[in-house]
Amino acid sequence: MTASYKLGDLELRSRLIIGSGKYKSFEENRKALDASGAEMITVAVRRLDVASRDRGSLLDWIPPDRFHILPNTAGCTTAEEAVTTARLARELLDTKLVKLEVIGDSRTLFPDTTATLEAARRLVAEGFTVLPYITDDPVACMRLEELGCAAVMPLGAPIGSGLGIRNPANIGIILESVSCPVIVDAGVGTASDAAIALELGCTAVLMNSGIAGAKDPVKMAHAMKLAVEAGRAAYEAGRMPRRLHAQASSPETGLVELP
Amino acid sequence: MQYVLNGEAQTAGAPLSVLDLLTRFELSKRRVAVAINAEVVPKSRFAEVWIRDGDRVEVIHAVGGGA
Repeated sequence: MTASYKLGDLELRSRLIIGSGKYKSFEENRKALDASGAEMITVAVRRLDVASRDRGSLLDWIPPDRFHILPNTAGCTTAEEAVTTARLARELLDTKLVKLEVIGDSRTLFPDTTATLEAARRLVAEGFTVLPYITDDPVACMRLEELGCAAVMPLGAPIGSGLGIRNPANIGIILESVSCPVIVDAGVGTASDAAIALELGCTAVLMNSGIAGAKDPVKMAHAMKLAVEAGRAAYEAGRMPRRLHAQASSPETGLVELP
Repeated sequence: MQYVLNGEAQTAGAPLSVLDLLTRFELSKRRVAVAINAEVVPKSRFAEVWIRDGDRVEVIHAVGGGA
């Protein structure tokens, strides 16, 4: 069993946080959530289509009394929008948690660092537990921690790209630079990517497309659960040192001598 | 009275509280949050906050999304 960790005043065991986008149905999303072992799931907040008679709700399938719901500010492009969205989400879901995203460019979905810092400052002042999505920039992560964010969430690769951890060295520098939890958010495409994030020492990983975009999302959710557990256990175990040359693991003396 | 609900122009003949508005659109039992002119209206005040001429009302809910 690996150690638990805290986000704000919340104690969590699962090091996997999943999303709720791109699933074929609420039912598939719930099955993936159960298979993933995740205790936390992120949701978006959007205008309700008041004319629609379709009254099915995500929260009927993912009840907030059983899972920690992490509202996000996905799609916001200014600090002002993100702050208003977070306030609405807090009222909607009775939570202080917010996954802060302020997008700076619609093609890459890279964050607007300046606006993210500004929104984080305001949301921390209002008592939110702020979990900001940010590039894998150690200085930006240090600034977000100084502002009082409960974690930093650097991307491994662009959102929805499935390219994995493109710059593990930067993630390593971030881990050395901050003392708050580091959660890789975005880029994980398959189980080994998630394992790498945890082996590096990240506290957790957050993924949506890596599971929802798989041919069999429920099976991939299970694979991600195993990967995160394996990666964390390997981190806690402490890997062997890397060597350039071979070093035999069988005794080098007492070899059988042939006549 | 004219107001805007989620970007669509609406007309009301009589004064409308937030609760009246949600009831009118059969949303009073749904888990929603409401903002008027970008100010969040607490759930506890839905019955006592009135929509005024020209207000921009947002009614939001949770939907699937990751990032």
